[in-house]
Amino acid sequence: MRKIMMAAGLAALVAGPAQADPPFDPKDPKMAPYVAGDKRSGYTFAEPETRAMQDDDFTNPGFLWVEDGKKMWTKVEGKAGKACKDCHGDAEKSMKGVGTVYPRFDPHANMLLTLEQKINQCRTERMGAEPLKFDSKPYNAIATYVKHQSRGMPIAVQTDGPAAPYFDMGRRLYYERRGMSDIACKHCHEDLWGMHMRSELLSQGMPNGFPQYRLKWQTLGSAQKRIRGCFEEVRAEPYAVDSLENTVIELYATWRANGLRVESPAVRK
Amino acid sequence: MPTPRVKMPSSAAKGEVFEVKTTIDHDMESGQRKDKDGKPIPRKIINKFTVAYNGKQVFWSDWAPAVSANPYCSFFLTATESGTVELKWHDDDGQVYAVSQAITVA
Repeated sequence: MRKIMMAAGLAALVAGPAQADPPFDPKDPKMAPYVAGDKRSGYTFAEPETRAMQDDDFTNPGFLWVEDGKKMWTKVEGKAGKACKDCHGDAEKSMKGVGTVYPRFDPHANMLLTLEQKINQCRTERMGAEPLKFDSKPYNAIATYVKHQSRGMPIAVQTDGPAAPYFDMGRRLYYERRGMSDIACKHCHEDLWGMHMRSELLSQGMPNGFPQYRLKWQTLGSAQKRIRGCFEEVRAEPYAVDSLENTVIELYATWRANGLRVESPAVRK
Repeated sequence: MPTPRVKMPSSAAKGEVFEVKTTIDHDMESGQRKDKDGKPIPRKIINKFTVAYNGKQVFWSDWAPAVSANPYCSFFLTATESGTVELKWHDDDGQVYAVSQAITVA
């Protein structure tokens, strides 16, 4: 008898409650800003504690970068003796909506540019300053400040016209199997979102919150960096930073989030 | 140079309990990590956080390497008299990052 009870107890232990997912109710009005049709922001997949961090601009560590970026906006750098402000004026007006359209085809460079690449182009060509180093503090700060001006606005990247070939290439790479796990972006983020990969809840992979503060990184980073992280997780060789491949994947992923609102700087696990 | 951020009321009623929210951008390098060449990265964290209300220490906290980067700390104080609340973050390398906030108690 005792044996049976022990076995029953053990079974209860083993079968114990599965790891609970963060609560999400699509009808909850609080969730409305983070949903667009079937699209769900990574916010809706985050734990309530992580959401709370993002909700309060004071507890959101991303705002440390926003403030740094604000200082950079008015700081004169480079041979031309100019600051961002000298050409663009008040960022709160001139940069509003800018964050919703990148990556974007740039006629001057005659190629697809991310927001960060565009800022570096501005620095080297108009300010006569050194380009900012990928993932450095000023690189992330100025990009976060600019993107933050579009917070709450729906993402609207262009995929037609001159961006079309990049978009097609992005789609091809998004569906291409890769790495030792032999899976494509689409397997996790299109087919299996909402399910678990080991202990991790898979999100739809919507990049509307970048540059975002990641608790795992203990710092803030760009979409380029996150995509490379994904590649490592499926044990594939990541594409180089700012390479054409990485940028077209960012374009395709951002297009998937068209309609979702910009949350930069978002906070994620 | 890290820039601390502090959020607290600028005025309060006598005896009122108010919340002070603080955060500072700091890497909080734990000393457990290694760089690309395999050399240990030396520890550099904020090891102590102290708060003085009109010169009297009212709150302090010792921080360890497991504290996250960009540490957030909030606490409550009782408004007793007008004056300043001085917050200090003590870095491993001896630097002290200080911020003062004035409060008027009516």
